[in-house]
Amino acid sequence: MKLLYGALALLLPVCAQTTLIRNATIYTVSHGTFKGSILVRGGKIVEVGEKVLPPPDAQIIDATGQYVIPGIIDCHTHIAVDGNVNETSVSVSSMVNIADVLDPEDPSIYRALAGGVTTANVLHGSANAIGGQTVVVKLRWGKSAREMLFEGATPGIKFALGENPKRRGNPPESDGAPARYPATRMGIEDTIREAFNQAKAYKAEWDDYHAAVERGRPPLPPRKDLKLEALKEVLEGKRYVHVHCYRADEILMILRLADEYGFKVRTLQHALEGYKVAKEIAAHGAGASTFSDWWSYKVEAFDAIPYNAAVMHKKGVLVSLNSDDAELMRHLNTEAAKVMKYGGLTENEALAMVTLNPARQLGIENRVGSIDVGKDADFVIYDQPPLSNFAKVQKVLIDGRTYFDRDQDLITRRAKDLEKQKLLEKEKEGGD
Amino acid sequence: MGLTRWLAVLTIPAALVAQRRSAPQTVVIRNATIVPVRGPVISKGSVALRDGLIDAVGAEVPVPPGAWVIEGEGLTVYPGLIDAASSWGLPSNLGAGNGGRGGRGASNPPPAHGPEDRPASTSWLRAADEIQPSDPRLERARNAGFTSAAVFPMRGIFCGQGALVNLAGDKAGDMVLAPSVGQFVTMQPAGAGFPASLMGVIAYVRQVYLDAQHYTLLKAAYARDPVGMRRPDYDRALEGVLESKRILLPAHRRVEIDRMLRLAAEVQQPAILYGMHEGYRSTDLLKKSGVAVLVSLNWPERPKDTNPEESDSLRALELRDRAPSTPAELAKAGVPFAFYSDGLDQPRDLQRAVRKAIDAGLSREDAVRALTLAPAQMYGLADRLGSIEKGKIANLVVTRGELFDEKTKVEMVFIDGRRFGAPPEPARPAAGGLVTKEER
Repeated sequence: MKLLYGALALLLPVCAQTTLIRNATIYTVSHGTFKGSILVRGGKIVEVGEKVLPPPDAQIIDATGQYVIPGIIDCHTHIAVDGNVNETSVSVSSMVNIADVLDPEDPSIYRALAGGVTTANVLHGSANAIGGQTVVVKLRWGKSAREMLFEGATPGIKFALGENPKRRGNPPESDGAPARYPATRMGIEDTIREAFNQAKAYKAEWDDYHAAVERGRPPLPPRKDLKLEALKEVLEGKRYVHVHCYRADEILMILRLADEYGFKVRTLQHALEGYKVAKEIAAHGAGASTFSDWWSYKVEAFDAIPYNAAVMHKKGVLVSLNSDDAELMRHLNTEAAKVMKYGGLTENEALAMVTLNPARQLGIENRVGSIDVGKDADFVIYDQPPLSNFAKVQKVLIDGRTYFDRDQDLITRRAKDLEKQKLLEKEKEGGD
Repeated sequence: MGLTRWLAVLTIPAALVAQRRSAPQTVVIRNATIVPVRGPVISKGSVALRDGLIDAVGAEVPVPPGAWVIEGEGLTVYPGLIDAASSWGLPSNLGAGNGGRGGRGASNPPPAHGPEDRPASTSWLRAADEIQPSDPRLERARNAGFTSAAVFPMRGIFCGQGALVNLAGDKAGDMVLAPSVGQFVTMQPAGAGFPASLMGVIAYVRQVYLDAQHYTLLKAAYARDPVGMRRPDYDRALEGVLESKRILLPAHRRVEIDRMLRLAAEVQQPAILYGMHEGYRSTDLLKKSGVAVLVSLNWPERPKDTNPEESDSLRALELRDRAPSTPAELAKAGVPFAFYSDGLDQPRDLQRAVRKAIDAGLSREDAVRALTLAPAQMYGLADRLGSIEKGKIANLVVTRGELFDEKTKVEMVFIDGRRFGAPPEPARPAAGGLVTKEER
């Protein structure tokens, strides 16, 4: 561990440092692909172009023959969470917050980083009709939980429809206590409605209180209820709703329910039947974050097709591809490549599905998602074209700092093996 | 003369039992090495105890007429050791456990549906009211040199209020030094119902403090003018939380230390963190926060009967290697810390655990302080406990050899000036003879 952090400390140049990545093939995603250089100062991109003059103080990363893309953004992950990702006990668990249990030392973070992911939407699980609060993080490996939070990103909340939240025995019946309601899709809608009815009343209570304070005659304040507070924020547009869903009917249900209660669904997560109702999704303004080709693992995933992302995209839905899985998270670039095969999207459209599109879905496109002047210097450098199966991540930068370096990693690995052997032997000797 | 009398007492089989109240009220230990903890070591000095208090300490102390004198040649006198978080003397089933809604009496409480049901909470429970002077662990702890402990109900989330108690007394009431020293909090999800996850527990803790704030507001308003106002519902869980001077929060890993420091700041409670096995790499956080911490003496060890083909992760190996260096690192950084037994109660295990910290760089002086004055200070009782000073409670441990040494023997302890003898020597097995229970 000591070694690990030591190596990291060596990797991290000072923040105000100027860095030039030169002679790379740059996939800006926003404005084309070309051979050129990127100048970074103070963690931000200050210049991108075919010819950039290196300032005298710049640290040079020579990327001749290499490929640079914006840092990959995963719109759906559950890594870096301590304890259960589901608060399974209740059907509305909006009082819990993933931000409270981030584990910045989860090795999955480093592995995802090594796969080119720089930003991730860390979600509560899908066991609850209304789940917990969610956060966007940058994978600043070695930093604290708070330092990993994506500054200023709108927090979210997880909803879930279909089989997971209605599963009977989740949690199981115990000590004569009945199984959790709901047990049907109808019940899920009812649960969400009931929660928002409560949230509306709660919001009205607080609005009245604030109005009274304005008038100078404040009564006693109402009780602050963390469960309803999060839903009040949804009604006020201060918290994004990310809805786990599969089937077309439940997608339509949640969009209509949101319209009725006056909030927006920010993203439909999975949305494997999104292709059936793409027009309606686009009309609501929801994004869809889906799998490339992962299906039939449960009944509600039987109607999925690999063309889902491309079809929704062509119908005007903002589409991203996510991992929902610590392993898949390490090669989202090849996940993106699949939409070229299934649906004939361009290389740029494919890349956008793991960079600029998820950035827009998470409302952070002013900071990340493409290689543009003024944005954060979050990059992945590959040795092969990024959508190739043979592409290996060479370096990953976040805010202009190198957080993963393949060469360094190989050296550190050997050092860690030695350290481990030493400790094993020490323990053996001391154990008698 | 005095020594012979004492020896006579020691040979009585019931030496472990304290003298009754009829015993002399004044005791002088003379010609011993005195480690007062506050102030320099006196290499040949005396301590006089009278009426349960320390009457005098110094190189020369007059022996009042009628005093019992203990010749302290070869003995070292320390303040009695304090376990900074313990369940010694408490019934094992004290508290809510993690089965649903808090409360005694309800053997099968229904699972909680949310924070409003106050799951796994018995914040109103007072350890001071539940002391069992007959707990056999008290004697074992005394044999290891402990004279006091901060004892807490440790089951549930808001487990209850701890008390600082002496580890001997005729009745429970005699043993209590301070009835309410803090609320013991764990991050254990409830066994059934809400909360079922760590994030649920944290949300619950947060909601409880919001509710406590609101409750206080309502109660004050009602007290001012009850006419025309619906009375606030009495909430014993909130009452218990509001009564607590400080909270004890669990944190072993650096990530947990960071998390719990933020939680304590958020709910605006004075806090003590307990656990600390990764304290060795968290001194920066702790130093900055200014909180005091309790270091568990139950060091992580290689699990027994593991698959020999598999080796542990580097992280696990480093933790086991470095955890005992935590106290030394904390001392170096100036973070106030005390030790707690964390499930250990055998004298040998406790001694060995402290020795491990000393082997990993902790000075003896700091080790003694972490078991005496440091916990007394943390709980605000340093004016009466934790060092050998005139006027303080007469809790002492007397050893032959330096405390925590392999061959050191705890000769006796004094609690409120009453003497408790050493544990019996384990009988040597005669050739081909029986092995005593202790030796097996």
